[in-house]
Amino acid sequence: MSDFPWLTVIGLVPLVGSVATMALPARREQAAKPLALAVTLVTLGLTIAMCAAFEPRGAAFQFAQAYEWIPAFGAQYAVGADGIALVLIALTAVLMPVVVLASWHEAAEGRRSVKTYFALLLVLETMLVGVFAATDVFLFYVFFEAMLIPMYFLIGSYGGPQRQYAAVKFLLYSLLGGLLMLGAVIGLYVVSAGQGTGTFAFSRLVGLDITPGVQKALFLGFFIAFAIKAPLFPFHTWLPDAGAEAPTGAAVLLVGVLDKVGTFGFLRYCLPLFPDAARDFAPYVLALAVIGILYGALLAMGQTDMKRLVSYTSVAHFGFIALGTFAFTSQGGTGAVLYMVNHGLSTGALFLIVGFLVARRRTRLIADYQGVGKAAPVLAGTFLVAGLSSLALPGLNSFVSEFLVLVGTFTRYRVFAILATLGIVLAAMYILIMYQRTMQGPLSEANRGLRDLSAREAFVIAPVLALVVALGVYPKPVLDVITPSVERTLAHVEHSDPRPPIPPPPPPPAATEVSE
Amino acid sequence: MTSSVLTAQSVRYNAATGVFDYTWLLIALPLAGATVLLLGGRRTDRWGHLLGVAAPLASFVLGVVLFFALVGRTTSGRHFDQHLFSWIPVRGFQVEAGLLLDPLSMTFVLLITGVGSLIHIYSVGYMAHDAARRRFFAYLNLFVAAMLLLILGNSFLALYVGWEGVGLASYLLIGWYADRPSAATAAKKAFIANRVGDVGLSLAIMLMFATTGTTSFAGVFGAAGQLATGTATALALLLLLGACGKSGQFPLQTWLPDAMEGPTPVSALIHAATMVTAGAYLIARANPIYNVTQDGRTVVAIVGAVTLLIGCVIGCAYDDIKKVLAYSTVSQIGYMFLAVGLGPAGYAVGIFHLLTHGFFKATMFLGAGSVMHGMNDQVDMRRFGGLRTVMPVTFATFMAGYLAIIGFPPLSGFYSKDAIIETAYDKGGTSGYLLGTVALLGAGLTAYYMTRLVIMTFFGDRRWTPEVHPHESPAVMTVPMVILAAGSVAAGFLLKEVFDLRDWLAPSVGLSPELGSHTISPIVLTLLTLLVVVGGVGAAYRQYVGRAIPTTAPVAVTPVTVAARNNLYADAFNESVLMRPGQYLTRALVYVDNRGIDGGVNGLAALLGGSSGRARRAQTGFVRSYALAMFGGAALVLAALLLVTVA
Repeated sequence: MSDFPWLTVIGLVPLVGSVATMALPARREQAAKPLALAVTLVTLGLTIAMCAAFEPRGAAFQFAQAYEWIPAFGAQYAVGADGIALVLIALTAVLMPVVVLASWHEAAEGRRSVKTYFALLLVLETMLVGVFAATDVFLFYVFFEAMLIPMYFLIGSYGGPQRQYAAVKFLLYSLLGGLLMLGAVIGLYVVSAGQGTGTFAFSRLVGLDITPGVQKALFLGFFIAFAIKAPLFPFHTWLPDAGAEAPTGAAVLLVGVLDKVGTFGFLRYCLPLFPDAARDFAPYVLALAVIGILYGALLAMGQTDMKRLVSYTSVAHFGFIALGTFAFTSQGGTGAVLYMVNHGLSTGALFLIVGFLVARRRTRLIADYQGVGKAAPVLAGTFLVAGLSSLALPGLNSFVSEFLVLVGTFTRYRVFAILATLGIVLAAMYILIMYQRTMQGPLSEANRGLRDLSAREAFVIAPVLALVVALGVYPKPVLDVITPSVERTLAHVEHSDPRPPIPPPPPPPAATEVSE
Repeated sequence: MTSSVLTAQSVRYNAATGVFDYTWLLIALPLAGATVLLLGGRRTDRWGHLLGVAAPLASFVLGVVLFFALVGRTTSGRHFDQHLFSWIPVRGFQVEAGLLLDPLSMTFVLLITGVGSLIHIYSVGYMAHDAARRRFFAYLNLFVAAMLLLILGNSFLALYVGWEGVGLASYLLIGWYADRPSAATAAKKAFIANRVGDVGLSLAIMLMFATTGTTSFAGVFGAAGQLATGTATALALLLLLGACGKSGQFPLQTWLPDAMEGPTPVSALIHAATMVTAGAYLIARANPIYNVTQDGRTVVAIVGAVTLLIGCVIGCAYDDIKKVLAYSTVSQIGYMFLAVGLGPAGYAVGIFHLLTHGFFKATMFLGAGSVMHGMNDQVDMRRFGGLRTVMPVTFATFMAGYLAIIGFPPLSGFYSKDAIIETAYDKGGTSGYLLGTVALLGAGLTAYYMTRLVIMTFFGDRRWTPEVHPHESPAVMTVPMVILAAGSVAAGFLLKEVFDLRDWLAPSVGLSPELGSHTISPIVLTLLTLLVVVGGVGAAYRQYVGRAIPTTAPVAVTPVTVAARNNLYADAFNESVLMRPGQYLTRALVYVDNRGIDGGVNGLAALLGGSSGRARRAQTGFVRSYALAMFGGAALVLAALLLVTVA
């Protein structure tokens, strides 16, 4: 089974599904929905099987394949998954069927093609799997840019009233970042050519000896591209527009998964390829991260549009992820990766539920909702759970990752950790203020008779919330997969965890397990 | 604790075996109740309240079994550690989910499940007319489960889960009548004030980990002896911040009175008897840390003393029966903080008062609920009066709680409050005199405002609004009140003379050192306290008995009364110093973000790819601009190449 090309197959299935969807005759257009759902479920099944075959303590990159692609400059089709890529591919695979089901009526009205919408979603899944699985930097770059195209059309064609402005803004920002990264990618090639044969293979680039000045320049090329993608302050202003105008399903994928390519890139490329530059720039990145945490939260509080609000909370959350990544500790790094997964779930859930509300009332304004909890108690309940996950309530998923990030930062950068901890108060405020204004208070006339969750909506949100609870209580399976990869990454930066001044006593001979 | 090498002492607890294997069930039972009731939905409406009562009751029965099993052990063998599963396994940060059953947590188990079960039963009657009663019981069960986790967790991180879990339950229940904006706001305020405190608790846990490499009680307490003084003090103060948030202590006290927006059983269980006392538990539990920092302890005692006075003063001025009781709770918890701030001499004394307070305050809150039940949910004491004849059981049980709180001998409050005053004076020095005198003064003020409450509610003219017809509550409500009243009467005597609480708690909080001499002889102090109490009662009697009580609050009053009616301007302070500037800051930032940063970047975009206005219309030109971007990239690559070859 270990020779089975898991990653290629998982990437190809949605692509084939997408072609099949487009091939549907116009009068059978509605069949695109069950078809897309089936394709994403098959992909999910394959992904689960792949995760089961993954050996946490095994090779760094598993399920690896490499074929020559463009021999002229050594570019390869090379894929492989470490623990970090694995959990992000799993996140993508879990969210896809949810998004498809949530988008059931998304493209129904209006002149836009239904089947194109679902085909775009499926193509996007292929791109996302590719971007996480690529172990060749050029291949990564191609996916990194290519995934913009389906997202551009999803926002620009199926989004809200300001969709074209938002889509173009999203594209321009991303292209600017991509441009810088392309420069850095080619720079890497040139450096590698100077030390033997030119290559884009990640495994060989890691060992390069790059002079400090060049390292800094190349680091910045990658870093700015990633900082735009996973928007860090001050590169964030495209996100509220894109997040707000994107249709629900696309917003979930944009903020939940696509933006994670940025934070994934920090860990996968910025740290191992340019360790010295990463160390030099770390304090500045941490400062941006902390500013983002507080700034994003304050901005979220001031929003009147629910989708913009959720987008700004993500700016704060991406700050936490960057904080953990650049603290260079086991806890911070592991927490950051877990945070990527958890943020995908909690923000995904928030976007989905806001989408349910918008589908009912056709407005994103907080002020248009009041007392909805009275009319739709189950919907309100799911909203609260998603919100509590976003504010990192202990016992739910985000707490584990947020606390790991904070504790991992605290051991090395106390001031940054203390400032970031203030974010937990602000998080409580932006979530609870929004909850009070929309779900509590007297039921307004306009919301009287608002439907509670439908069966389809319940099927959409239930698995996400189940994971929110499960990963809060028992995150061990995910942590076990992440930890070895994070430790390998940190080994490149050659940082070891600060040692506590009072080391704990040796552990007792054997932990006594409770026999059930 | 006096090891010379710089490694932590190992604190080991016995692995849970036999009956102690079932400790986890204490939490699992109410958690299962909450889960069934929440996920079961309307299908469980018919019998939901019965399941809701059965869950904590079953935990209580198990708790009693465990209690006797624990009593059967030798004093040194009364710690049982139950390992559940590996919760957060990350290199260097191995957090195990586990429980610690010892005399301290056992005591709380009985308080929470015992008083909790009674209040669950009472709620069957109190909430009988609420269509969502099943959900109410789900939240109550959730609270009991979280509270049990808080006190049973064997690490600071497990405690933290319970800590915020009870905060969530409190939020849900304060906001029970969420269609009332005041209730929704109060719920939000409670959660946010708690979060402010939780910043302290979070940072304390981080500092513990950074210093000792662990967050488990065993590890941290084992290392406490080696903590640098500054670190120990920082830990003590950060934990105190957490405790102040949860327990409504100065400067985070204002959320607690607002929490009275919740149904009265909630006020009795969560905002009087159990959750709000968790701060005192935290400090008593973390005693190895507080033992090594005199400064930390002093601040705890001062916070307690200040809060005690604030609560008493405001309690004298309010006319809302629940708010008076709420400020009374604030001030009684101040007593507990004062006590645990006295260090080894005070931990057990603080817990003692926590237990007696659990009984008498729950009694009085349930009594207040019973009064409201008969008075169409009115809370204005100026509209009460003469209720003792129409609500005899409520009156009798309330009087038991009243006499207990003012410290009438030999009721429970007499024993526990006396012990605090005595221990404060015994601290010695100026600080001892100051703290003792504040506690003594508080006893007089407590007697005054509680007497005022009782007179205005149960005695004098009937100042009822025309439409109310007060009546005694049903047995399902009065029986729990009678049991709690019995506890208010007898708990002090039992825990002092029959089952010595100090000795029982010694394995958890240490044995208080025996003093050779007292600052003031105990007999004299007891008599002095009684004298002050009689003075307080007398003052209230003079003011409120035998003259008509106006149905609206008099306007011509002293500035002190005006200040007290405005909760000493704490809300006004928060609003003008924190809330408004925060709103302005947020608004300004939103403006800056839209105009400044976004504008700047849009300008940059304009430079690179044509104006954003044109770009907006240029949807069809997308391929072209992409090509342009690629071209620009190629140019950049060329530049990079040059850079590399030149360098």
